[in-house]
Amino acid sequence: MNTKIQYGFYFDATRCTGCKTCQVTCKDRKDLPVGINWRRVYEFAGGQWTQNGDGTVNQNVYAYYSSIGCNHCSEPACTKACPTGAMHKRREDGLVHVDAKVCIGCGSCARACPYDAPQIDNDKGVMTKCDGCYERLAQGLLPTCVEACPQRALDFAPIEQLRAKYPDAIEPNIAPLPSTEITHPNLIIKANRHAKPTGDKSGQILNWAEV
Amino acid sequence: MERRDFLKASAAFGCAATLSACDSSSSDAKPTPTAPALTEEKLNWSACCVDCGSHCPVRVFSRDGVITRIESNFTTDDEYGNHNVRACLRGRSLRKRVYAPERLKYPMKRVGPRGSGQFERISWDEALDTVAAQLKRIANQYGNEAIYALGGPGAMYSFSNRGCLNRLLNLSGGYLGDYGNFSFAQYIKACKYTYGAEVDYLFGSSIAEMANSDLVLMIGHNPSELGMSGSGQGYDFVRQKQQHNFKTIIIDPRYTDSSLGKEDQWIPIRPGTDAALVEAIAYVLISENRVNQAFLNQYCVGYDENTMPADVPYSESYKAYILDNPVAGDLTAGANAKTPAWAAPITGIPATTIIELAHELADAQAPFVQVAMSIGRHSAGENNVRTAFMLPILLGKVGLPGTNHGGIPMAASMNVFNMESHAEAGDDANPVKKRISFFKFIEAVENGKDLTVLKDGVILPDEELDENGDGKLDTDIKAIVAYATNRLINQNADVNYSRKVLADDNKCEFIVVIDNVMNASAEFADIILPDVTYVETEDLVNQGHVAGDTATLVQMSTSVGPMFESKPLYEMCVGLAKRMGIEAEFTQGKSHKQWLDEAYAATQAMNPGLPDKEVMLKQGIYRKYLPNGAYLSNKAFREDPLANPLPTPSGKIEIYSERLAYLAKHWQLAEGDVISALPKYVPAWDGFEDEATRYDYPLQLSGYHTKGRVHSSYHNVPWLREAVQDAVWMNPIDADQRGLSTGDKVRVFNSRGTIEVDVKVTPRVMPGVAALGQGAWLKMENGIDKGGNINVLTSHRPTPLSKGNGQHSIRVEIQRA
Repeated sequence: MNTKIQYGFYFDATRCTGCKTCQVTCKDRKDLPVGINWRRVYEFAGGQWTQNGDGTVNQNVYAYYSSIGCNHCSEPACTKACPTGAMHKRREDGLVHVDAKVCIGCGSCARACPYDAPQIDNDKGVMTKCDGCYERLAQGLLPTCVEACPQRALDFAPIEQLRAKYPDAIEPNIAPLPSTEITHPNLIIKANRHAKPTGDKSGQILNWAEV
Repeated sequence: MERRDFLKASAAFGCAATLSACDSSSSDAKPTPTAPALTEEKLNWSACCVDCGSHCPVRVFSRDGVITRIESNFTTDDEYGNHNVRACLRGRSLRKRVYAPERLKYPMKRVGPRGSGQFERISWDEALDTVAAQLKRIANQYGNEAIYALGGPGAMYSFSNRGCLNRLLNLSGGYLGDYGNFSFAQYIKACKYTYGAEVDYLFGSSIAEMANSDLVLMIGHNPSELGMSGSGQGYDFVRQKQQHNFKTIIIDPRYTDSSLGKEDQWIPIRPGTDAALVEAIAYVLISENRVNQAFLNQYCVGYDENTMPADVPYSESYKAYILDNPVAGDLTAGANAKTPAWAAPITGIPATTIIELAHELADAQAPFVQVAMSIGRHSAGENNVRTAFMLPILLGKVGLPGTNHGGIPMAASMNVFNMESHAEAGDDANPVKKRISFFKFIEAVENGKDLTVLKDGVILPDEELDENGDGKLDTDIKAIVAYATNRLINQNADVNYSRKVLADDNKCEFIVVIDNVMNASAEFADIILPDVTYVETEDLVNQGHVAGDTATLVQMSTSVGPMFESKPLYEMCVGLAKRMGIEAEFTQGKSHKQWLDEAYAATQAMNPGLPDKEVMLKQGIYRKYLPNGAYLSNKAFREDPLANPLPTPSGKIEIYSERLAYLAKHWQLAEGDVISALPKYVPAWDGFEDEATRYDYPLQLSGYHTKGRVHSSYHNVPWLREAVQDAVWMNPIDADQRGLSTGDKVRVFNSRGTIEVDVKVTPRVMPGVAALGQGAWLKMENGIDKGGNINVLTSHRPTPLSKGNGQHSIRVEIQRA
């Protein structure tokens, strides 16, 4: 789909300390209940321990976090899966929105999205998701998660501007994220020193209870 | 709580906060209600005044007296050094804390047995009458020294803080004072006996000074989890690290969020064994002649034969102790030399790693050593910290650019009028001259009469001491005034002991709790007085002790409070003063507003650049990056030790402390407790080597500051419980041995109690060590705490020198629930 502007996120995994301020501030903006996290922070960690005979230990442990909202993908799986057209990509800014009036709450989009961005509100029977803080953009503000980050690990702008601004950033083919081939996410990442490639099995997500 | 219930509760409290806006019982109800026009959103500045040490500003948006959202950014220009002060997830969730179902809304009195949590709403008049009458009665019957006051950490205002209470009590005859605190009681004693003063040496070089270092060694220090705000230590550390790329070595039982690729090396260590590691490094430095002999000769006392105090032989020196060889000049190791091979099985760190670390430190031009307060909160805490301080001393890397003597990073500071510093609020103004350790107050309720100077660290006026310098406290605590603290129960060690002692209202006859949530401590109140929350009051706040290199002042104001029947502490104190007949003395004839205006004026006089209050009420924050430049600890002493001696008796760094040698001889210590002239690794109770507990309770439990709350503050915010799971961390090796997987419910227990929590299996904690965030709210069910409060497992046994809290020395077993 051709969009006039395509917004995207930048995430600096060398700065992120996994504090979750992004997640909580997003909830404050939209008063999201427990169980719905438009932005989530995945803890990916691995490494092995060996116990030596003398009571000492060796290890090669690592961990890093990935703060993920919606990547407002260029080929969104959610819009393709939506039977009603409620889930749609906006031509003016490339943001993927859900029209609550049209949504029937079937959950197809949530099952299709490999980033877990659409999250069902069971009470209201509709899908919800990161809307890119479009109304803040209209006021010249950044999305609330970006502006909240104590470590300045997030940024948001037209994706081409972000690519130019952060030449070190790469496409997010980094564990635990899926291959970018699936949806062509508008997300670039400055990789952590410990970053492992997508599909890596040496580590795992440790905080399923938190995302 | 299920989401549905949570939503209901939020809605109910939203209404309670704004009766007019939600009132649907209007007599002229219209058949077709029309949507009211939205009134304009208001902005007030407030702050998150919990005790994380940051006190971040928050911008509170509200409409019709109801908070709509919390923000923290205030400029679009965010250059480091002139950056926004961004609150962390706690501050950003403040709205939920204000409208929490646990809010205390009205004064209440206890109607069931103490601790049963049964209360009845009463009027302010009845509440204040009762408190004033009870305090008077107890002062008359038992003396003012039977009244104890604690608190403050939950409300770090500059004006309406614990100082108000201290003034009130001082003006009404006094109260039993205390010394020390839960954060750094042991640490400041290590400072006092090594460097000569307590709080002055608690603080070390600024984080900005790391720019001049080639090696930053963090012993337990964890800026990314402790100083999480966007102007705090965590942000400063990451910026300095990324800009200057100094080598970073982190020593911690957990792979903390200060690591995550910022570490060049993580060295996992068993809790409480840091001193053994340092002694082994000392051994390497000494045996390889890599200590800075010239520095030790000139600046220190007690290292070797060149610097021993008169009449103290070489065999008592640090060098002889480390080498275990009493012969000066002989580097041969004795049987008990503190070699890396000796330290390896204690610390869990391979000897080769210890030797490499020693070489790294010796090779570094400017090693910046950061010793966390946490290593002091162990059963041999004072000695742990004193020993860790030895690294920069042996290397002679003290007072030089890029170095640190070990102290926590100096927080950039602006001066502020603080009620706790008011002349009438201080210890000097307290007519009662007796003091106890902050950690002994439950014992002082149980049997304060028999607490003594030499056994318990009681401080008495000279005239009450006998010829040995001993004496008894001679009073039990009969009344407790607890303000903005959960330390009666939740945050104090050994919850079951505190509950047992405080439940008996024949012992402590009266407890008043002043707070804004019903927590485990409030449940033990006889009278509850509801305090405002931060967003409901006008006050002034400065940055705290871990706020890093940016100094801030925040002018708080409100459009939403006070809510319900809550009041700021100052106003409660005025009400009590009136009833105690000291209103004129307490108010000095000034209104609350006059006091606030005068406090502001005093602050402005100390900070000439601070705008007028009217400007600050709009602008909210006044900040300066490093207003006094980067602080380099011990700079003047290093430059000229004769002109700038340390405040120790010798004027030098005291490796060997004659004062401690004296205390070691004269104090009456519990079996196993050690006070020593030299800093030493001491295997102590509930530590790794403790024979009494290591078999029944094979795991060490490391309590840490979780990101999901601040101590116990914010625990009741569901967003935070979701964001940061309260689970006990276990290494896969330990979990496998017990057949446990992530998500299993487990019981964590020792001789003091049992808690039930989820388990999180993670390689981020070393084998043999479990880890649990402290501060979870107690939820006792049939003797088992389902809330996961670590203090069910901690000991109230004090540490030897400061009589402080050894709350990090915990041994447990973990089993499937």
